[in-house]
Amino acid sequence: MEEKLTLFKNRKRFGIEKNIDIIFKNSALVLSSFVAIILLGIILVVFFQSFESFSKYGFKFLFTSEWNPVKDEYGAFAAIYGTVITSLFSIFITIPLGVGTAIFITEDFAPKFIREIIGSFVELLAAIPSVVLGLWAIFVMEPFFRGFFALLHSWFSWIPLFSSEPTGRNSLLAILILVVMLLPIVTSISRDTLNQVPKKLRNAAYGIGASRWKTIFSVILPAALSGIMAGVLLALGRAMGETMAVTMIIGNSNAFSWSLLSPGYTISSMLANQFGEADGTQVSSLFYAAFILMILSLLVNIFSQFLVKRFSLKYR
Amino acid sequence: MQKHNLFYQNKSSRNITDLFLTSISFLFAFFAILPLILVVSYILFKGGSQISFDIFTLEPNPPGDEFGAGGINPALVGTLIITSIASLIAIPIGIGGGIYLAEYSKGGLFARFIRFGVNVLAGVPSIIAGVFIYALIVSTKILFGSTYSGLAGGMALSILMLPSVIKTTDEGLKLVPNELRQASLGIGASMYTTILRITLPAAFRSIATGVVLGIARAAGETAPLIFTALFSYYYVSGFEDLFYEMGSLSVLIYNFALEPYDVQNKLAWAASFILVMSILFVNIFARLFANITTKEKRI
Repeated sequence: MEEKLTLFKNRKRFGIEKNIDIIFKNSALVLSSFVAIILLGIILVVFFQSFESFSKYGFKFLFTSEWNPVKDEYGAFAAIYGTVITSLFSIFITIPLGVGTAIFITEDFAPKFIREIIGSFVELLAAIPSVVLGLWAIFVMEPFFRGFFALLHSWFSWIPLFSSEPTGRNSLLAILILVVMLLPIVTSISRDTLNQVPKKLRNAAYGIGASRWKTIFSVILPAALSGIMAGVLLALGRAMGETMAVTMIIGNSNAFSWSLLSPGYTISSMLANQFGEADGTQVSSLFYAAFILMILSLLVNIFSQFLVKRFSLKYR
Repeated sequence: MQKHNLFYQNKSSRNITDLFLTSISFLFAFFAILPLILVVSYILFKGGSQISFDIFTLEPNPPGDEFGAGGINPALVGTLIITSIASLIAIPIGIGGGIYLAEYSKGGLFARFIRFGVNVLAGVPSIIAGVFIYALIVSTKILFGSTYSGLAGGMALSILMLPSVIKTTDEGLKLVPNELRQASLGIGASMYTTILRITLPAAFRSIATGVVLGIARAAGETAPLIFTALFSYYYVSGFEDLFYEMGSLSVLIYNFALEPYDVQNKLAWAASFILVMSILFVNIFARLFANITTKEKRI
């Protein structure tokens, strides 16, 4: 009897252990809610800081490209146009390159170790800091492409996008360096999705006599489309927010021009350039621009997450 | 040749199309690895030739051609300090949050919301993190009256590190087999003992790999630092320097790449060499480390 009682006594936890358990759980809860607090904080802080500029310029800010600290006139159209145009063009160049590379890695064209090396090379490219890519773009890429841009201008000057004389640093170079930065994202996500497409789909297509590329285009890519789209949108969000390499190579001019061969601006490069020295309404206007950038990238991000959730279960 | 036979017809249109598309995908793969090879070889070539003992020990000289370039010691030390501050903030919060997501909340509404938030935070442009810290800490002088400081820079970086730490912890813990948890709880261990003694150690390698990769990524970030930590030409001499402007390798590269002087440009290449080599080293090492563990698990 005595023995049994002591056994029962030991089956209960000590109060202190119980308390530690509760404290541990709640502190983990608090730590995890930090994410929400920070996210909410970022949105609120940027919104309230931009309020002065918003009430002064309203939506006119989005459609004028005057940026004059002396006259206190601000409009971010050139920067918004630059952000949209550089990210869209770079993503359109990246999609075929990245998906093509992902197909190369997942198909058995080359021996496995070569494909693995290429795959890891592309992933290592993602590890290179963007400021280093910017340095490389300034000193290696820009001189290399100078002649090519002059040719482009002389051939295609009737297209508005190539209508101006090429300058040293311009939007087209920013697009090219963005392609280098987006390539790893699109490639690795496309590769992962292509790997997840069930093998029986491929075998069925081969079985009814489809050639390899017919299979890829009609069966495998459609099956992987949602994942690839999500990766593309993720890369698009990254392209819009990318700062350093773009700032270093885009030329930083707020004069609006349709042409990609003239210096341009993106919202993030505008922030990087002016934030340190700004005061008064300019700071608020910069926050307004930052708010627009944040909304754009949030929308793209949320849409990509929605795509993943909506379509990813199709082939499991 | 007969029209309908079962041999491979290398002149049929579908086979020509296939060959054509295959060669295009070879070309694309070649284009995809070209930038890495070019960037790394230029850094090895232009940066590696600048490396000397002085680079590691001297302060950078003010821009201009009349002096030598000096070294990058303050920036090197600054990067180490700022990245350490960021890690000290982001790792405990991230691992704690990841533990909650993976171990306590089994797919509840709150956990779904937080996971969504983590993904959104990971997509927030890095310069926005800098803008946020500028508004919150630098312009309000909340940190004992200091404006631009290494501490603020570390905080901005920690915002960028946090999502990746939470994600790797969450996913690493999810991979731990449930039997381990049940066995531990079954012999009477409490929840926190189970997590601290069983599941966290079991997931240690994958979490460590992810966290190390996150730190390496943060070490190369520039955008959040350019108006939080700013830049400094002077040695970091003591604890109180945390509250003043602090240099970092990435901001040094940015500033000196835009200088018109050749000496400063060379210093930027040297800093790139050090930064890229250490980041690539950490990356390759972490990947090999992760590879070894997955192979061990399969056996």
